[in-house]
Amino acid sequence: MLNRQGRQTTPNEIGTADHVTFTRNRALQQEEGLIFEIGHEDVSGVDVIDVDLTTSKLGGLERKEPIGLAGLTEPETMRHYVRLSQKNYGIDSGIFPLGSCTMKHNARLNEKMARLPGFGDIHPLQPQSTVQGALQLIDQLAHYLITLTGMEAVAMTPKAGAHGELCGMAAIKAAINAKGEGATRTVVLVPDSAHGTNPATAALIGFSVRAVPAGADGTVHIDAVKAALGPDVAAIMLTNPNTCGLFEKEISAIADAVHAAGAYFYCDGANFNAIVGKARPGDLGVDAMHINLHKTFSTPHGGGGPGSGPVVLSKALADFAPVPFIKKIGDALQFVEETQGTQSFGRLSAFHGQMGMFTRALSYMLSHGADGMKKASEDAVLNANYIRACLKDLFSQPFGDKICMHEVLFDDAFLKDSGVSTLDFAKAMIDEGFHPMTVYFPLVVHGAMLIEPTESESKASLDLFIATLRDLALDAKAGNKERFTGAPYFAPRKRLDETRAARTPVLRWKPPQPIAEAQAAE
Amino acid sequence: MRYLPISQTDREDMLKRIGAADIDALFADIPANKRLNTLVDLPKHKSEIEVERILSALAAQNMSAGEGPFFCGAGAYKHHVPATVDHLIQRSEFLTSYTPYQPEIAQGTLQYLFEFQTQVALLTGMDVANASMYDGSTACAEAVLMAHRVTKRRKAVLSGTLHPHYRETVRTLSELANDKIVALPGNPSTAEDILSQIDAETSCVVVQTPSFYGELIDLKPIAKKAQENGALLIAVFNEAFSLGLAESPGAQGADIVVGEGQSIGNALNFGGPYVGLFACKEKYVRQMPGRLCGETVDADGRRGYVLTLSTREQHIRREKATSNICTNSGLCVLAFTIHMTLLGEQGLKRTAKLCHLNAFKLAKALQGVKGVEVLNKTYFNEFTVKLPKPAADVVEKLAQRGVLGGVPVSRLEPGRKELENLLLIASTEINTDDDRALFVAALKEVL
Amino acid sequence: MTTYFTKDHEYIRVSGDTGTIGISDYAQAQLGDVVYVDLPATGKTLKQGDEAAVVESVKAASEVYAPVSGEVVEVNSALTDAPSTVNESPLDKGWFLKIKVANNNELNELMDEAAYQSYVKSLG
Repeated sequence: MLNRQGRQTTPNEIGTADHVTFTRNRALQQEEGLIFEIGHEDVSGVDVIDVDLTTSKLGGLERKEPIGLAGLTEPETMRHYVRLSQKNYGIDSGIFPLGSCTMKHNARLNEKMARLPGFGDIHPLQPQSTVQGALQLIDQLAHYLITLTGMEAVAMTPKAGAHGELCGMAAIKAAINAKGEGATRTVVLVPDSAHGTNPATAALIGFSVRAVPAGADGTVHIDAVKAALGPDVAAIMLTNPNTCGLFEKEISAIADAVHAAGAYFYCDGANFNAIVGKARPGDLGVDAMHINLHKTFSTPHGGGGPGSGPVVLSKALADFAPVPFIKKIGDALQFVEETQGTQSFGRLSAFHGQMGMFTRALSYMLSHGADGMKKASEDAVLNANYIRACLKDLFSQPFGDKICMHEVLFDDAFLKDSGVSTLDFAKAMIDEGFHPMTVYFPLVVHGAMLIEPTESESKASLDLFIATLRDLALDAKAGNKERFTGAPYFAPRKRLDETRAARTPVLRWKPPQPIAEAQAAE
Repeated sequence: MRYLPISQTDREDMLKRIGAADIDALFADIPANKRLNTLVDLPKHKSEIEVERILSALAAQNMSAGEGPFFCGAGAYKHHVPATVDHLIQRSEFLTSYTPYQPEIAQGTLQYLFEFQTQVALLTGMDVANASMYDGSTACAEAVLMAHRVTKRRKAVLSGTLHPHYRETVRTLSELANDKIVALPGNPSTAEDILSQIDAETSCVVVQTPSFYGELIDLKPIAKKAQENGALLIAVFNEAFSLGLAESPGAQGADIVVGEGQSIGNALNFGGPYVGLFACKEKYVRQMPGRLCGETVDADGRRGYVLTLSTREQHIRREKATSNICTNSGLCVLAFTIHMTLLGEQGLKRTAKLCHLNAFKLAKALQGVKGVEVLNKTYFNEFTVKLPKPAADVVEKLAQRGVLGGVPVSRLEPGRKELENLLLIASTEINTDDDRALFVAALKEVL
Repeated sequence: MTTYFTKDHEYIRVSGDTGTIGISDYAQAQLGDVVYVDLPATGKTLKQGDEAAVVESVKAASEVYAPVSGEVVEVNSALTDAPSTVNESPLDKGWFLKIKVANNNELNELMDEAAYQSYVKSLG
């Protein structure tokens, strides 16, 4: 059965594939079953003695039923995961131009440093006298972040960007409550183009969201902000550089207007990597900004986390930072872990934040230094503008052709009447060996394609990427639809049916029903 | 600069192609008076060997768990992680990939997420699990928010033996969201009366087992009372290995199960990154926060996996999303699931038994030390002892003797005089008879 | 029986004092494959413009607002198992809920079929 997008909705024989092998493998592309299909309950890849428990202290709450877990021996485990890895694309495979995700090189030195036993093998609650080196590392990273942003303080514990947003907005809420304005300042201004986490965070902690329209040039204008400001406004959440890859030119005026109205300026720092060493948010009037260590400072994305999202704070907000934070007492460093006796708004998670990410980020910063970090921002912006310059005649830009920051945004106007959608175009890039750019984000741009090359690409790599995109664009315009609408042809899987996954969710493996039971159920 | 492939000649060529006079022309949108004209006041770039020297010197100032007898727990545990795990998670295609938004070239990530979700569901005895949260404490706070959505009530009852950091995390988020919480006072020695706290306003009851103090809690009567009142039971665990030996929260009637997955596959890392496990009954799946991976087919009918039910998430629902969370703990999930695959049912159960036995041996040895009283009636691999003097001082002195002898309760519950002499002590499969002998000897010296 | 439409692409078909509410053919086409429908409880009182239901496709979720005020008297629970009905038959089998219309005057603010069709055309 075919659905409306022409995709199949029921499984059938693999016979439709062009050349079927006996194993269903395709040379290096090897099919791999689930561990529950290839493993066994009584197989293990670790040798542990089976001790006899003569006394149980579980008080009668012992497990009675088998768990149903499957085990594999070590060589089988190795093969299972190596085969899975071969179905993945990573930065180390090629350019990974996901706009706003900042897929830059992940240096292995950083991995090595994070695994030093003095960092990787220490317990969060062992005596603080035994972890002074760890506290110094956190303190030093904080110093780097404060220096690069020109802010007063930094809250280190948030575990990801969205967690950082929560932290920053909570500090703003605490500051407003401290002024006795909690009941009246209940609105947060968020531009249409903002990442979905911004309104979600504001709503999570009880603010209501008022949208601010962006101007025709893709940036937010002071007039629109002034029109939305009022005594009920607690804060504005603004991404800068914004999600269209543009620097908010009127940012200082916006900050002044927001402050004059008694509100605070939260900056989403997801794109801070474009301006590190070139401008400091503190000079731009920002009160709070999260920094995605996994973007700007290259801690690995790891297939979707773990992240780390420290939040730099202005003088007005510094006292409201969450616990724990580090205090100097004589020569020693100490965590303040309790809110009592402070103005802290509370605790965001257990322990002290993402130490493993702190080590990696500091290793990145030490390696690059003040000069290298500035150069990295410049190269990131240079590379994005180079792509823009080389594609602008074939692709369409929603806000006209102008200088961008670290990422360049196209829309789907250049594909009009070609029968090729942004999604099709992205899937055809997969066949060419590239990871697609970010598509359909920001939502305010029709069929958005957001390309962020980062500073890690060589000119040769960019040139091949550009030549490929030009070829694809010409082909789409020439009406060669099949290259796009059926793509990808050469990936480990063809296009996957997301409708089927959402209509009848299968979220885990279940043991096959014995035939007798299945018949009885019918 | 070893990380930057663009050469000076490239830069000039590229600027020419762009039509920009110099690099600063590309930053023209930054107000001129706000642009930095000099380097920030930080050291310049360093070679690999220099960075190693600096960071190794910092690391050397810390006393690592592997250096001597180690008995700390309280939400983070040291287990042996097979070498295979760390090798595999460092494969480029796992380490340097992104959230699997293009499923056709991310089947590796998606398949291990699907396997992970299955393992967590089995382990907790629940129908479904998500692709993980930041850690156990944030999973706990998100579970409370989810219970509010399901029940359309806004009052959570927290057991006093919930990990204090988890309690504070829930408290912070609840205060920010203007939700009510009733947090019972922590007390290791007397059973608490949580049942009487459940009423028609209660959205959920949050109970940890084994508790922060190590006691196993029978969830069944709490589940019954909660459900009779239209509330959900949220079961919490800190030590995933306990599920190898103890009855699963699902089998005891929990509606949502959350916990810390660090024990399996992940290093101590001074508290993070860890991996939050989150499972629930199938009927609540659309209210569950976080990413979910689901099975489907491709255009050729071959089985494959995608992220699914994403309309719950912030990038679509914006201010109406179930949560603001935009990530999971991908690489920590991978470490968890590889270790779990290596263990299998047999390895998990055997390791759990060994942990339990080692704790039993240690408790017995400590009871022989004058002035030391083991408070627990039940435990898995962690218990609370009462010392004749403040536990924080004792732990400090033990550390000077090379023993990391547990976590003083006062570190997490400061200012409560009656808890000052209590020490939490954990044992795992890494502990030997020698470790125990050294611990007991050092403790005798210190007391 | 008259069918009225809103600018948010809901319709209400009125027969006696009962109004059947759903989304227009244009709306289902814009959403794409519907994968989930969240319906209100019967007996719930809705004011005009209140969120009455939620309809989700793979990549989008949108609220279905009450075109007029009234009490929910019936919901189309068949949609729970077969959300694709909304795509296949939005105006007939794919209805969401029925309400007891509280105030007939509110219907006057809505568009009739012809007005709605030209409104859709104006959207391009």
